[in-house]
Amino acid sequence: MVVQDVVFWILSVMAVCAALGVVLVKDLFRAALLLIVVFMAVAGFFVLLSAEFLAVVQVLIYVGAIAILIIFAVMLTRDVQHGNLPNRLQIPAAVFASLLLAVLVTVAVDTKWDFLPSEQQERAELVQTSSVTTLSGDVLTDSGVTSPDDQAEVQGSGLADLLIGDYVLPFEVVSVLLLAALIGALALVRPDPGTGRG
Amino acid sequence: MSFEAFLIVAAILFCIGLFGALARRNVLVVLMSIELMFNAVNVTLVAMAKYLAPAALQDDISSVLTGQVFAVFIVTVAAAEIALGLGIVFAMYRTNESVDLTEATQLRH
Repeated sequence: MVVQDVVFWILSVMAVCAALGVVLVKDLFRAALLLIVVFMAVAGFFVLLSAEFLAVVQVLIYVGAIAILIIFAVMLTRDVQHGNLPNRLQIPAAVFASLLLAVLVTVAVDTKWDFLPSEQQERAELVQTSSVTTLSGDVLTDSGVTSPDDQAEVQGSGLADLLIGDYVLPFEVVSVLLLAALIGALALVRPDPGTGRG
Repeated sequence: MSFEAFLIVAAILFCIGLFGALARRNVLVVLMSIELMFNAVNVTLVAMAKYLAPAALQDDISSVLTGQVFAVFIVTVAAAEIALGLGIVFAMYRTNESVDLTEATQLRH
């Protein structure tokens, strides 16, 4: 537990400092690189929260795709010399953000959360980490899930089963959304057929 | 490493992102700030999935994964958003020769 605490605090400091850097650093390219640090720290949080599949997805999609796209955009727009200027709303925005932070922290600390009962914790963790692999009966027996019914339940409740089971409709809708967004992005940046320019 | 600590770190990340999205002139920084906010929300969702007991826990053990399912959808929507957002950035750069949001006033009457 102590190791996890230390890792958590390292990741927290890393994430918060890098996030501040993204917003405050003058050089856009450095800001994009700091964004990658934030993404990696969040992937670390996911590992700590026993969401290994999401951690991998985070590295693949955010670091591998989104951050690279942003770096391309920074390079292609050649506006790097202007850097990261504030607009007139800087002080109101800072006040609003800190007020919201105060509210969120108060809610997080004051709310009486309905925590997972400790006898369910190990089973829940098994289900959460087993997202993509199918656990064998032996592993489950070692972890205290002994009855065949319980084993079948844990084995059939990975993230993949949920995505193409209970949540198949949102899954398909989000696929169509992604396709539509990509086609829309292509249509936006395509040169005008008449003039050959944008 | 309590549940509240995760929520507070996520809240800090979200508020930094909010500040960046509101107070910066460069559209790329605004997009990066929006990604920060997406990530903060994802951390909150996954932390809740890990620590809190869902109402349907007694019927179905897989309900502890609901938060992760939501996070997967958010990642997908964030990817769609950044693709479209960068498309708009390039279109804006071509017409304005700048990525400064305060100069994007063509839609003003």
